[in-house]
Parts: sequence; C-alpha cells; structure tokens
Amino acid sequence: MKVLVAVKRVVDYNVKVRAKADGSDVELNNVKMAINPFCEIAVEEAVRLKEAGTASEVVVASIGDKSCQEQIRTALALGADRGIHVEAEGRPEPLEVAKLLKGVVAAESPDLVILGKQSIDGDNNQTGQMLAALAGMGQGTFASEVNIGEGTVQVTREVDGGLQTVELKLPAVVTTDLRLNEPRYASLPNIMKAKKKPLETLSPADLGVDIQSHVALVGVKPPAERSAGIKVESVEQLVDKLKNEAKVIS
Amino acid sequence: MKTLIVAEHDNQSLKAATLNAVAAAQQLGGDVDVLVVGSGCEGAANAAAAVAGVGTVLCADNSAYEHQLAENVSLAVAEAASSYDCTMAPATANGKNVMPRVAALLDVAQISDITAVIDADTFERPIYAGNVIATVKSSDSKKVITVRTTAFDAAPAEGGTATVQSMAAAHDAGVSSFIGEEVAVSDRPELTSASVVISGGRGMQNGDNFSMLEGIADKLNAAIGASRAAVDAGFVPNDYQVGQTGKIVAPDLYIAVGISGAIQHLAGMKDSKVIVAINKDEDAPIFQVADYGLVADLFSALPELETAL
Repeated sequence: MKVLVAVKRVVDYNVKVRAKADGSDVELNNVKMAINPFCEIAVEEAVRLKEAGTASEVVVASIGDKSCQEQIRTALALGADRGIHVEAEGRPEPLEVAKLLKGVVAAESPDLVILGKQSIDGDNNQTGQMLAALAGMGQGTFASEVNIGEGTVQVTREVDGGLQTVELKLPAVVTTDLRLNEPRYASLPNIMKAKKKPLETLSPADLGVDIQSHVALVGVKPPAERSAGIKVESVEQLVDKLKNEAKVIS
Repeated sequence: MKTLIVAEHDNQSLKAATLNAVAAAQQLGGDVDVLVVGSGCEGAANAAAAVAGVGTVLCADNSAYEHQLAENVSLAVAEAASSYDCTMAPATANGKNVMPRVAALLDVAQISDITAVIDADTFERPIYAGNVIATVKSSDSKKVITVRTTAFDAAPAEGGTATVQSMAAAHDAGVSSFIGEEVAVSDRPELTSASVVISGGRGMQNGDNFSMLEGIADKLNAAIGASRAAVDAGFVPNDYQVGQTGKIVAPDLYIAVGISGAIQHLAGMKDSKVIVAINKDEDAPIFQVADYGLVADLFSALPELETAL
C-alpha cells in the first residue's frame, strides 16, 4: 500500500514566539524553523509501516514557499521515498491546504494519509479532518495506535476521558497524537541519501485549486500576564494560606 | 443572527462544555439553538431544552449516530447548519473531531478555540501554544467555530423552556465503525470541570509516584492531571495532559507538582483562580505564575501536604 504523509514547516518548538512591537503579526525573522512535531510523528509512523512490510511507498507532501523543501528533505532523511512540494506563498489556511492535499490524493491515490493532529504555530487542528471530508474518507484523529487490516485500518484515538477505537475503510486519513510513536533521528548517511531522492514541485493550478482567504489576521498581542505571588516557607504555611487567604479549601 | 450550538453529550445527559459554548454564542447576540446528534439521545435533548437562553433544540436521533462518529455526525450538522449564520461547538475532543469536517462540507473556514468574541465576525484565539493571542476576522458568510470552554462562563443549566424538534436526518457515510473504548473509570471529577486539579510533571520521576497525588486528590475532591513532559515520559496516559495540545483547565485551585512550567503547560492552566507550585528548583518558570510557591522536594512535601489537609 501507498502512504501519503503531509508535513508542515513551523517555528521550532523551542523558540519562544513573541508579538511584533506594532502588534501586526508575530516576529518570525531569523527564528529557527523545523518540521512540525506532530508531522514528524506522522512520518515516523509511515516509515514504520514500510519497515514492517505493510507499506510499499511513503510519499511526503508539504505546502508552502520554497523553504519548506527543507522539511521535505528532513522527512526523506527519516525514510520517506519521495517528496511533493506544492508551492504556495504566504500562509494558506487549513481549508485551502486540505483542498491542495485533496488534489495530491487524487493524483497519487494513497491507501492511507497520515498528518499531524495540529501544527504548533496556528494550533488549528483542522487540516486532516477537512481533507477527510473533502475526499469522502473516514478519519482516525488523535491516533495513539494504528493497525492496518484487510482494506481497513483500526485506529485507537485519544479522546476526553480515555481511548476510543474505530475501524475505517481504506483509503482513510489518520492524524497523530503524541504517544503514537517516538520519532527517530536522521543519520548522516540518510541525510546524504535524502538529497538524491526525487522531489517534485507542483503549483496550486496543477491541482486545480485557486487559493482563497477566509480569515484575516487583525493583529496579535501577548497573553494576559499573571503576576507571581508569594513563596511560602512550609507546607503548613501553604495550607494556612489556601484556607484563610485564598479560601479555596476548607 | 442565528447560532446553532452542537451539543457535547453522552446521549443520556448534556456535558457542561455545551453551556460554555451557549454563553459564547449569546455574546454574538441573536437566537441560540442547540443541536443534539446521537442515538437514544432524548435525555440530552431535554437537558439542552432546559438551558437558559436556548430557543429550540434540534434532535437528530438515529442509530448511525450512536458513537458520534465524525463521518456521520458531520453530515447531520452540516445539514442543520445551512439555516444558521454560525455553528459552534465546544473545543472538546469531539468538537475538534467533527467541526472541521462540517466546515469543509460547507466550504468555509473554521475558527478554532476562540477565547473572546469581539463582534459577529471578529474573534480572539491563542496561537503558538498560547504565546500569542491573535485577533482574527472572518469573511465567510457562514461561520464554524469551536470555543475554548474555560474562556466563557457557563450559561445556567436551568431556566430555559426550549421546544425539542426532531430532525429526520439519517446520515451514514458508511466509511467508519465503532470498535470499542476504554474510558478511565474514576470516582474523581472530570479534569476539565473539576474545581480542584493537582498535576504532576517530570519531577514525579515515574508513573508509580503519581499515587502520591491520589491521597491529596481524594481529600480535595480533585482531578489529577499531568504535564506533557510527564505524558511523553510515559508516566501517565495522554488524557491526563494539561496544556495547549492537551486539556485546557481553569479550576478554582490548581496545584502543580514537579512541573517546571513550559509555556505549553501554562497555556493549559493559567486561567485557574489560584495556582500553587511545588518544585525544588526555585528558578522554575512555574513560580512566575503561581500565587503560592513552595520550594521543596516533592517527595517530602506531598506526604506532609496530605497529612495537613
């Protein structure tokens, strides 16, 4: 079976992002970029399916400007076979990304599409579900376990209060949660090999999509600050404060 | 302005998160109706009809919706949404699963996890793990929104006199089925609605040590949570996770034990009324948001705290 993985280039998770002084947007000049952590888990899952002999090919797609080829190469170094870069300027919204991915799905006919559950920049948690709806596929979101069957996939999902297992007809969409797997590090030889793997570039027009904007960014601001309180000296003093000052316990 | 709230429920009863979404919808002004999609969900529909301020409850009751599979539920929601200006759901695991599908079916954007309503088109929402609050303006004529429940005070669960209308919609997309679930059985309150939460972090060192939180949780009738670091380390299941990629909580009292206070964790709990931090590292960022900080080794402080309560 063929697996398609979508990856997003985002600010590295170690970077503390701040609003620009004029509040127009976040400051993204000269910050370290990386593959979105949930997308990395998606790549790892696909590569494991290939190593287990379940998947025959892992295709990785990313949507963005030229720089996102870097993240495609990272995914190739982790074990994906080839890349597809859909060139799009600015920040395409999740619905538009889902439409572009639907185009890629139509061209590639994967049996399984794996995406991260959300990107750590926009925190939208939408693209996988939207792609599934547009392509008429079932979805296993927030996956902590994925088992491929005969023409089906069973996905164990992290839901409020526990786990839920669903079975989906293939082709299907899976979005990854944290505990699905622990991504490997790319070895130097694999990084070198990744440079020679095929990477195709497509335009939105190639996929029949005219990118639209539905939501405008009016501005950004830092979150409301919470001021530090006091340090207590002992457990006894803490309990006293909670009882008599904060009055949150009795 | 007509807003439809997609209820969070378990067929028998309405989940409290629905009340927060109703409150957010009331800030938009206009009519607020509630849609209950389930199977044998009369109980939930009647509870929704009792919520103050709700005009009509639409009830799509069909066996195809028994486990609220997103593929089927989204079709019912999209059908009902066609007569509304705005469709909203709480940003629970369910809401996050279903609503983007609804938005895609309607060919509109979704605005995720709003924390404030500025006007009918403009909303605030946290991005970058809560490091930044974005103000966004939608140009879609129909809106699909998920609501961060902790940002809106719940509408009263009683006092409403809505009528319940059944909706014929029976949609089975036929691509997914329910296999089973493992729901953590606990006598403790639910993490997102508990008035006291005690959470452990990497400092707990292993999963067994989380039992040290249990005695305290029992005494305070608290829910137990964890930081992402503790979940990543495999100490506890992911449904314990408090943070931007986990659950967002805002209890009256939040006790953070052995948690350093990464921004992604703070994003999930900083709206708590009173925050207590217990950590042996006096420079831990968690102390910058704590009302009461105790610099101490948790392995001696926790037993002491349990005894003192």
